[in-house]
Formats: sequence, C-alpha cells, structure tokens
Amino acid sequence: MTQRAAAVSTAGRPGKAAIAGLGLLLPGSILILWQVLGHYGMISGMLFPTPYTIAESFVTLSSSGDLWSNLRISAVRALSGFLLGGGLGLLLGILVGLFRKSEKLLDPSLQMIRMIPSLAVVPLFILWFGIGEESKVLLIAKGAFFPVYINTFMGIRGTDNKLFEVSKVLGFSRIKQIIRLVLPAAVPNIMLGVRLSLGLSWLGLVVAELIASTSGIGYMMSDARQFADTPVVFVGIIVFAAAGLLSDTIVRLIERRLLRWQDSYQG
Amino acid sequence: MGEILLSITQLNKSFGTAGGQVQALRNVELQVQEGEFITVIGPSGCGKSTLLRIVAGLDTGYTGRVTLEGAEIGGPGIDKGFIFQEHRLFPWLTVEKNIASDLPLGKPEIRRKVDELIELVKLNGFEQAYPRELSGGMAQRVAIARALLRSPKILLLDEPFGALDAFTRAHMQTVLLDIWRRNRTTMIFVTHDIDEAVFLGNRVVILEPRPGQIRRIIPVDLPYPRKKTTNSFQELRLKVLNAFEKVDELELTDGAGI
Repeated sequence: MTQRAAAVSTAGRPGKAAIAGLGLLLPGSILILWQVLGHYGMISGMLFPTPYTIAESFVTLSSSGDLWSNLRISAVRALSGFLLGGGLGLLLGILVGLFRKSEKLLDPSLQMIRMIPSLAVVPLFILWFGIGEESKVLLIAKGAFFPVYINTFMGIRGTDNKLFEVSKVLGFSRIKQIIRLVLPAAVPNIMLGVRLSLGLSWLGLVVAELIASTSGIGYMMSDARQFADTPVVFVGIIVFAAAGLLSDTIVRLIERRLLRWQDSYQG
Repeated sequence: MGEILLSITQLNKSFGTAGGQVQALRNVELQVQEGEFITVIGPSGCGKSTLLRIVAGLDTGYTGRVTLEGAEIGGPGIDKGFIFQEHRLFPWLTVEKNIASDLPLGKPEIRRKVDELIELVKLNGFEQAYPRELSGGMAQRVAIARALLRSPKILLLDEPFGALDAFTRAHMQTVLLDIWRRNRTTMIFVTHDIDEAVFLGNRVVILEPRPGQIRRIIPVDLPYPRKKTTNSFQELRLKVLNAFEKVDELELTDGAGI
C-alpha cells in the first residue's frame, strides 16, 4: 500500500525536491566533469584550477578573514550605490510619471545621460572625486538609477484608466489618487526595476573595484590576477554570483509579499 | 417619495467622430423622484450609458440642464454612486479595504459601517479575500457596498449584472431590491434585459437609438416582491416589448442597420 502510494507520488507529479534537483543537474555534472578532467591533467591547472583547489583557496581566504572584510566593503559599496541610485530613480520616476510638465523638463536630459556608457565616465569620476569611495558609489548609483526610473515611470503611466474613473466617482483627493491608486498600480513595475537595478549595482561594483581600488572583492581578484593566483579569481567570481543571487532572492521574496494580490500565470 | 431629486431637461449630447458629429442624445427629459427605482432600457448604441455618465459627471460637453437637488452636476463625486458593468475593484486591496478605499478602516465609525455593508451584501467570511478570489457576482456586490458606504443620494448602475450568468443575475436582482427597500436610495439602472427592467423598476424608460431619445416611459405599479411568472408581470413585459418592436421597425425603414 505504502509502496504503491510512493510509486504514484513519484510517477504522477514530480515532488518539490525533484524540481529543485532539476536546477542542480547541469552545474553539478559540469563540476564533476571539471574535477575529473583537472585531476587527470587533461586541462591546464593554471587556467582552470579544479573545484577542489578553488574550495581550498576559499577556506584559506575565509579563515584568514580577508574574504569577509573585502566582502563587507564591497557589499556596503553596492548597497549604498543601489540605495542612492534606486532611491533617486524612484523619486524622479514618480515625479516624471505623475506630471507631464516634469516629464518635458527632465526626461530628455535623463535619457541623454542614460546613453553614456558607465565606463566612459570613469575617468571623469576619478578626476572629480578621486579614487575614494565617492567615485565608486556614484558609478554604481548611475547604473542603478535607470531601471528603477524607467520602470516606475512606465508603471505609473500604465495605470488603468478605468480605475481612475472609479477614483473620481469615489471622490478621491489628488493625494489619495496617488497613494491609493497610482503607486499600488505601479508596484509590479517598480519591483521589476528594483531587481534589475540591484543586478546592475553588483556589475557596477566590479567595474569600479577592478579599475581603481585597494579593497573589496574586485580588488582581491585583480590583485590575485597579478600574481596569477587563479583560484582566488574563481573564488571572487563565485562570491559575486552568490551575493547577487542572495540579494535577488531577498527582493523576490519582498516582491511576492507585495504582489500576492496578483492573479498571474505561475508556470 | 415625492420630492424631485434629479431633473434632466432638454439634454442634448453629440460626439465628434471620424465621420462627423454623431448625436448621442436628443431632447431627453426626465424627472426622478426621491426613492424611485428607474430602469432605462434600449438597444446598444441608444445612448443609455452616455445618459448615465452625464448624470454621474463623468461625461461633459452636453447642452441642457441636469440638476441633482436643484444644483447643476459639477463633476463626479460621492453623492452620485456609480456601478460599472465590470466590478472595477482595486486588485491589490482586500474586500473590506476595497469597500473603504480612501477612507480609513481604523476609524470605528467607518469600521462599523463597512461591517454593516458586508452583512448587507452577504459577504461575511470574505472580508480578507482579494478580488481575484471572488466570483463575478460577489465582486459586483463589493462594488455596490463600496458605493453605498459613501451614502450617495443616487445610485447609478450601468448594466451591472450584464456579465453574470442567469442564476447569479436573478440573485443579484433580489439583493439589489433588498438594499433599495432598506436604504431607499434612489436608483437609475441601465440594462438591455426587459425582464430585469420590469422586475426592478418603478418606471421603465425606453430609449430608441440614433439619435438616443426617450420613446416611452412605462410605469410599473406591481407590488414588490414581484414574480416573473404572474400574468400582470407578463402583460407589462409585453408592453415594453411592443414599444421595442416599433423601435426595430423604425430602424429597418430607416435603413441605418445595426
């Protein structure tokens, strides 16, 4: 009886564990293949240190505390750049979304700035702000600004006109219209912008830290490159990936909580 | 009953379209007394929704006079409740928060009124549900409660049960009559369903299309609750239907088509 039940559950619908395992299948097999190839010397240990060597290097770095102090510095940079850029993006997105006049005033200039590649402004930022924290945070903020700005703007302009009519019939004040209608309606877009911004913040961080820095994960990597310490470079890559994934997961949890009213296709 | 609440005189309304000016309403005259239940019926394109939207203050650019308690309609507001064909609830708010909308649920008197209304529209147990979890009839009841919370002088309903199945629709008609008998809120109910018009209204206003104008106003003096199977109900139903057939003939000879 229990056997049959178990058979039905495995044959009928894949369990949660099976679905989670599906995502691990590809990276898992690549890791194993990599380790085997490296172990038998079929790929260069210099360019592709084996997963085991990388893990060793990770343990050394983390037990000496280097990894964590660098990670803390990097996280603070990414986060403050994200908060500065994303916050401004939200503010200006709301302003430009709500009022046609502010759109005419601000949007063309902002779109112009958007088109300037971040790398192109690095020399200027270094000249203006030195190689201290300001230039890095501002570089990250520039990247983080636009996804939130554009998506907030689009979310506000996408508010259903039918619901606007309802707000008029119910006698909403202008402020209530913004707080109770326009902003909630824009939340799905805003959250999308936040997720994109957060991803760009980590990218901007790497650019900033690889160019000129004496601390942070990016510095740790470029320093290791000079000494051809490839495992440390890999550790840096993995740490960036993990940090990015973690922050994205947190935002997704917030998103799910904020958007639990949504009735959409769940896959 | 007795006081004139809503007065419409010499109402004309035209729309500019690609093909030129189209007259949507011509010389509409209607006096609605306080506490009356008016149903407006007509084929699509007869301007019945336009008429309702003008009274609500949602459509402007008309000529003539439309007054509520003697004052010209200035714009939309809470004295004129409006129920749309779709429920138009805020998808991110629960049932009770949708009813309250911009009013604070934390205030004891708002809380009490909202609870009473939930009771009135029979939605107990669904206070915390989101609109996506409701059936069409339930969602429309929330919309009605939302309008009633503002104690409107007049409730305007634009084919509110048009998208519901026959059983739900019959149930909603009873619920609405129940509300009307308790609150005595003046109602104008637009529909294209003859049964519904005769079942609900004190008077049935028949509109004809192109241009939209009142063809007849038929008083329905059957006592409530009405039964759709009685002879007197069927007689009135035929009377309305006859008025309609003349509209159809007119349309055919007119060559305007649909």
